[in-house]
Amino acid sequence: MIRFEGVSKTYPGGQQALRQVSFHIAPGEMAFLTGHSGAGKSTLLKLISIMERPTVGKVLINGHDLNHIHSRQIPYIRRDIGMIFQSHQLLMDRSVFDNVSLPLIIEGYSHREISKRVGAVLDRVGLTDKSRSLPVTLSGGEQQRVGIARAVINKPPLLLADEPTGNLDPKLSMEIIRLFEDFNQAGVAVLIATHDLGLIARMRYRTLTLKKGQMITDGLTEDWYDEPAV
Amino acid sequence: MSLLFKGRDQGAQRTRISSVQRLLMFFISHIRQALASLGELWRSPGASMMTIAVLGLSITLPSTLYILLKNTEKVSAGWEQASEITLFLHQNTQPGDIRQLTTRLSLWPEVESLKHIDKAEALNEFKQLSGFGDALNYLEENPLPDVILVTPDSKNTSPTAAGKLLEKLQKEREVELGQLDIQWLERLHGLVDIAKELVSVVAMLLFIAVALIIGNTIRLNILNKRDEILVLKLVGATDAFIQRPFMYTGFWYGLLGGLLAWFTTWLLLWWMSDSIGRVTQLYQTQFELTGLQGESLLGMLGLSVFLGLAGSLLSVHKHIRAIEPK
Repeated sequence: MIRFEGVSKTYPGGQQALRQVSFHIAPGEMAFLTGHSGAGKSTLLKLISIMERPTVGKVLINGHDLNHIHSRQIPYIRRDIGMIFQSHQLLMDRSVFDNVSLPLIIEGYSHREISKRVGAVLDRVGLTDKSRSLPVTLSGGEQQRVGIARAVINKPPLLLADEPTGNLDPKLSMEIIRLFEDFNQAGVAVLIATHDLGLIARMRYRTLTLKKGQMITDGLTEDWYDEPAV
Repeated sequence: MSLLFKGRDQGAQRTRISSVQRLLMFFISHIRQALASLGELWRSPGASMMTIAVLGLSITLPSTLYILLKNTEKVSAGWEQASEITLFLHQNTQPGDIRQLTTRLSLWPEVESLKHIDKAEALNEFKQLSGFGDALNYLEENPLPDVILVTPDSKNTSPTAAGKLLEKLQKEREVELGQLDIQWLERLHGLVDIAKELVSVVAMLLFIAVALIIGNTIRLNILNKRDEILVLKLVGATDAFIQRPFMYTGFWYGLLGGLLAWFTTWLLLWWMSDSIGRVTQLYQTQFELTGLQGESLLGMLGLSVFLGLAGSLLSVHKHIRAIEPK
């Protein structure tokens, strides 16, 4: 599903965010991406959603080399990737319904289809009664769930989440992760970037660890957890 | 149309609808966006009104000048129609020769009509009008010549054609002198031409100003909505989709500015109609001031809408591309 081949990213100014990173995430797989702040997690996600381009190496999604994607095609790529952000990236002056329906409006769905799908997805994230509310009136956890609903509404085969539990307490964090597990079980590949090691430790998932731009471990949580002082 | 995943249908293709319905949806979504843009203007009435007022007044000036010019042309065209050639005949021309001359001339295709003013008749008129009545009685003979007034037909009323006709008339044996008072008309034409060019230049400058004002207003709108544009780009909106509401905003600015200009122009002409009426009365012409109607009104509205779209296109292209999620 996602394949990195010898990817390096150097920002203008010489800061090297990623060095020779290679890995592969299979279709329908769920994985965590971890590391300290500044280790390159966000950069890695940005390379997948083409917010940045690699300096060296190739990023492939489903076998397609993203280097060959023209900037005019980027919007269509993003429609295949559900993205979730720590800062939610919601439109604060629009209702939950309007926020969640945005990807469908962009793709030109009919009004009826939009209502149907938004209803279904809000039900799934447990926000049915908040459809008409403005995001500012919601709690952090609820706002994050609005973001998730928006990311999955057009049923993308791939979900990317950047610190989705960043501002949430452990209980709420776990609820969010359970939600991702649900989507994963429906066949969606999920890649979650987080520095919340406690959260990862409670689950058995493949974990990719970045340190100063290099991939230092790649394996199941347990294995990683068994090797202290990496 | 998924680039990465074959077989994953997106959007309208998935929802089994006919192409007619899709076309309908296309128009519906455009109308919806147009109304949304109008609603946006409505929500900040103060700022919108100010922008529209600036645009409207900028368009008012050239359109008022244009109307005044058009009316001047109409009036002077009326004068041209009435242009007459005055032929003064030799003193010793006999009445029989004059009759022959008038018969001959009336057969010319260029001549619409002729009027012979007998010299005795002219003297009488002169006596009455000049107040020299008694003094004139002491003259041994009538010093005035016979006069023929020639009105050219409609094809020969322009200054050049009438001039040619005059030359031809002067070649007649009985004619001593022919006069066509077209010099002042030519001067008027020259002045009108200068005024026309001036109006074009002023109009051009003001139209550019209108496009720039709209461009700048749209630019500020775009910067105000930076966050929203970022979110739209993150969820896969194309630049075309994002810029559409801004284009509609430009469209509305242009249309509303044009309508305001139409109204203020009408108001100005109404205000000026009294003084214009007094001037035209002096020239004893029946004259109706024509305002912006029909084609010229449509033309003006079309132009202002075009300027609105051009201005927003200027901004939208540059600034929406510049906003990219990082």
